Parts: sequence; structure tokens; C-alpha cells
Amino acid sequence: MAHPTTTLPQEAASLSQPPSKMDIIFNKSFRSLTYAFTWAMVLLLAAIVIKIGIKAIPAIERHGLAFLTTTTWDVNSQHFGILPEIWGTLYSSLLALILGGFFGITIAIFLTQDFLPHRVEVVLKSIIELLAAIPSVVYGLWGIFVLIPLIRPLADFLHTHLGWLPWFSTSLSGPGMFPAALVLSIMILPTIAAISQDAFRAIPHKTKEAAFGMGTTRWEAILKVMLPAASGGIFGALVLGLGRALGETMALAMLVGNSNQISLSVFAPANTLASLLALNFPEAAEYEVSVLMYAACILLLITLLVNIAGTAIIAMTGSGAKK
Amino acid sequence: MLMKSTQREEKAATQTNDTPAEVVLDCHAEQIFYGDFLAVRDSKVPIQKNKITGFIGPSGCGKSTVLKSINRMNDLVRTFRFEGKVQFHGIDIYDKKVDPVSVRRNIGMVFQQPNPFSMSIYENVAFGLRLNRFRGNMDEKVEKALRGAALWDEVKNKLKNNGLSLSGGQQQRLCIARAIATEPQVLLMDEPCSALDPIATRQVEELMIQLKQRFTVAIVTHNMQQAQRVADQTAFFAVDISQGGRTGYLVEMGPTSELFNNPKEQLTKDYLHGEFS
Repeated sequence: MAHPTTTLPQEAASLSQPPSKMDIIFNKSFRSLTYAFTWAMVLLLAAIVIKIGIKAIPAIERHGLAFLTTTTWDVNSQHFGILPEIWGTLYSSLLALILGGFFGITIAIFLTQDFLPHRVEVVLKSIIELLAAIPSVVYGLWGIFVLIPLIRPLADFLHTHLGWLPWFSTSLSGPGMFPAALVLSIMILPTIAAISQDAFRAIPHKTKEAAFGMGTTRWEAILKVMLPAASGGIFGALVLGLGRALGETMALAMLVGNSNQISLSVFAPANTLASLLALNFPEAAEYEVSVLMYAACILLLITLLVNIAGTAIIAMTGSGAKK
Repeated sequence: MLMKSTQREEKAATQTNDTPAEVVLDCHAEQIFYGDFLAVRDSKVPIQKNKITGFIGPSGCGKSTVLKSINRMNDLVRTFRFEGKVQFHGIDIYDKKVDPVSVRRNIGMVFQQPNPFSMSIYENVAFGLRLNRFRGNMDEKVEKALRGAALWDEVKNKLKNNGLSLSGGQQQRLCIARAIATEPQVLLMDEPCSALDPIATRQVEELMIQLKQRFTVAIVTHNMQQAQRVADQTAFFAVDISQGGRTGYLVEMGPTSELFNNPKEQLTKDYLHGEFS
């Protein structure tokens, strides 16, 4: 008995068929797999936070909030306070953000606003991105053996002539806030430069045309039109850079001086949370581990708050543009 | 500033289509190159004061290239090279001594895609004024420009909203307001309606006819009906593929009604009757 569908050509016949069982199984399992991996990431993050939190409980119970506001770190007398480290973390990161942000954004402008032939732009872009490939410990060594001797004359000059300013009130003792922040700024520079470049490249060509059509000079176009248009992306770049600076460990542990003091002077040695953790864990006794976990929680909280604030501000400015 | 603005309103009222008008901008493009590619040759387009000059022709005929050469917008293209002259009040704007920035401040431009800046409606219109360091009643100037662009009534209560929040047609009129706020002497429009719907197109066309009272307008359009509706003078461009390249050139130019009803060139006739490959 001839069924009408059998007379259809081969291609048309396959159109009228539902997906095969294999297709359905493959689709479903692939989808479940991606779900599983996504949730695994979320669970992993939660597990890390919970584990650190649990380990920190004894220290949290014993020291409470005084841990955040006192300045001594003495294992023998069991006095622990991390205010200098919180200060050092924020101060070094902000200094690095100012330096790295300034140079990162200017580099992004230089590499996107037709100052150079396209090929040179691409080469320079890759070289700057290579800065991110240099291991942290190499930056630390370079800081100790090259950067500190290099900046010493400048530091001495600033201290002798502008020593009355709180920022230059001490002489450079070797490792300290300034070399640490300088290296940190170089480390966050590729991130800021790359994301800011993307922000500038994302501006439609017609916006640039409009600016030039109005009779702007190149700098007026950049400062009055391009920079505001890219501001959302640039801000995101700065937040990511700050996030990286806050958590950076090895180079800072080598350069910051690891001294528990709070000083506005950029030449004074200081300490950061991350280098405190890195340097104290190897020799920590059981209770000290709990104290360090508490410090880790605080570091985590700071980076988390920075990232949340950054995301929120980007969302606000982003939706402002569409309103 | 390249030129002091002149009193053009007075003359406009007395001129009709019959009397020969003053040529404010005499564009003579001998050769325009992008790199080695000859994009346009031998095109002489005098643009008359307080008239609308339409540029028509098939795609790739160089009509936009010629228009963008008039205020040196093509300088943004690295490989662009212009041979010829664009006389503006007796000054060749391609002269080495002329600053392209001041050319663009005197010859405004409206683009194919509406391109307001991502800032408030008010700031969009004030942009050019601030650029020229205008010290005076900014509110008044902004209102005048928005009224001139027939947009004031629609936006007067939301001047602080972002310019990009407007509809496409409103955005284009905002761009026109932005361009006319600084009172440029000539306004160039590069297919200003091609991204707009028919109603918005009609509004912009009516606006153009109003604008020619105060400004000189040159418009590129791919729409021949639009040229007939708005243009006083029409220039017809075509593509010459005989030399192997695709070089645009001016076929003929004249009063719009004459060009459409009684074209001199066979090529124009063919194009107008749709017999054009």
C-alpha cells in the first residue's frame, strides 16, 4: 500500500520527521552538563567562603571587632590587630589605581584614537598585554633590585625638599609603600589599558563623525565626546584593576616592607593583608591559623564590596545612557 | 573663525528660483582619491545661497564623497586625497593655510544615521556653542535651534533627558538642531532621511524647506522624489566603469524641474526612467 509521503523527495521527507532519540538525549545531557558546571562554580565559591568563615570562628569570637581597629600583631602575647594591614592594602591599591589608571587610560586613548598606523597599534597593544604575563615574583625581584635603587634619588629629593608634606615625611628605607604601589600600578596597567581600549573601540564611528562634523579639534573630540562615551567601560576597567591590586600578594610581600605601621608617607614601609597572610601562614600554629582566616575574611569582604560597588555603578551609568 | 557670518535672511526673501543666486560655495572636484582608487572625477557643483542643492545618482557614484569633501569630513579617512578647489567666499578650503576645524564650524553636517551624543538634549544642542566659547544666553540659543529644527514642542519638557532616548526622527531633528545652533552658513545633509520612516521623512523635508530661509543646504539623497520635493537645484552623478574602475562623475546639474522634465543628457534620461543598470 503506497503511502502519500513515500512519494516525497528525500530532503522533504527528513523535514517532516521529529528529531531523533539520539539528538534529544544528546541535547538534554549537554544542557544538564553545562548547568552542572555553572552551579559547581557557584558552589565552589560558597564552599571557599564557608570554609574560611568556619576556620575563622574561634578568632572572631575571641577578638571581635577589636581585631579591625588595633595595631599590634604579637604571636607570643596573642594580641592580634590588622588595622595597619587594612590601611596598607587600601593605600597601596589606591595609589596604584591613580598611577595605573592615569597611564592605562592615556595608553587606551593613544592606541585607539588614530594617533598611530593600525599595525603599530596592534603591536603596542600586544606588548602592553604581555606585561600581564610577567609573574608576580619577577615583578617583586625587579622591584627590589632595579626599581628601588632607581627611585632612591627621586625619593631623597622629594624628602629633602618637600619633607613638610605628610606624603614625603620619611626617607625611603628600601622596601616601602612607594615602590610597592609603583610595581602594583604596572601590574594593573594591562587590565585597565585593555578594557579601556575596548570601551573606546565600542563607540560607534558615527559618534566620532558627529564630533568632528561639529568642528571639534582632535582633543576636543576625545575629551568632550569620546571620553564621556567610554566612561562606563573605563570605570569598569578601574574597578577590575582595583580588585586585582587589593588581592595582589607576592610582589607586595617582597616590596612593601612588612612593617605594622600606619603612615601617610609613601616612603615608609607598610604591610598589606595579602602579604600578611602569605608570610605568616607557613609558621602559624593552630590558633594563629584561625586569626589569619579572620584576616582572609576581611580581605575577601573588601574585594567583594569593591566589586559589588563597581558593578552597581556600571549598571547605574549604563542604564543612564539608555534612559 | 574662517568667516564672519553675513546677513543672509534679508536677501533670501527677495530671491526666487528664477533670478540667478549668489554661489556661496563653489565645489570643483577634479579628482578625489581613496588611496590609489579614483572615486570621483571632473565634478563642478556650484552651491547657491539660500537654495537647496540635491545630489542624486546611483550608489557608488561619489555623491556622498563630494558632499563630505565640501567640509573636509573626508580628512578623517587616512588615504583620502582631494584635487581641485572648493571656493567658500573666495577662499579655497583645501588651501594649506585653512584649518579644517574652522571649515567644519562654518559648514555644518547632518549624517545618514542620526548620531546624537550620549548626553542630554540640551547639551547636545549646546555642544557647538560651548565649542565656540559662546558667552550669552545659552537657553535662548538652544530654544531657537530646537524651534528651528521643529523639535521644541516635543522636547521642551524633557530637555534633561538623554538625546538617545528620542525616536529616530526626533534624533535626526536633534542633530539638525545641533548643527544649526551655531548658525553655520552652509548645512550639508548626507541622506538624512534614509534611516527614517515616511512620516519622519516628511517632517525633515518640511524642515529643510524652512531652513533654506536662513541657511544654504546641500543634500545627498537616493530618493528622486525627495529631490523633486525639496531641491531647487539638482546635480546628477553617475558611475563611469569604462576605465575598469568605478569612478563617479557629475553628468549634469541644473534647476530641479528642468533636470527632471527636460534632461540634457541621455544618461540622465535613462536613470530618471529607471532604465539604468
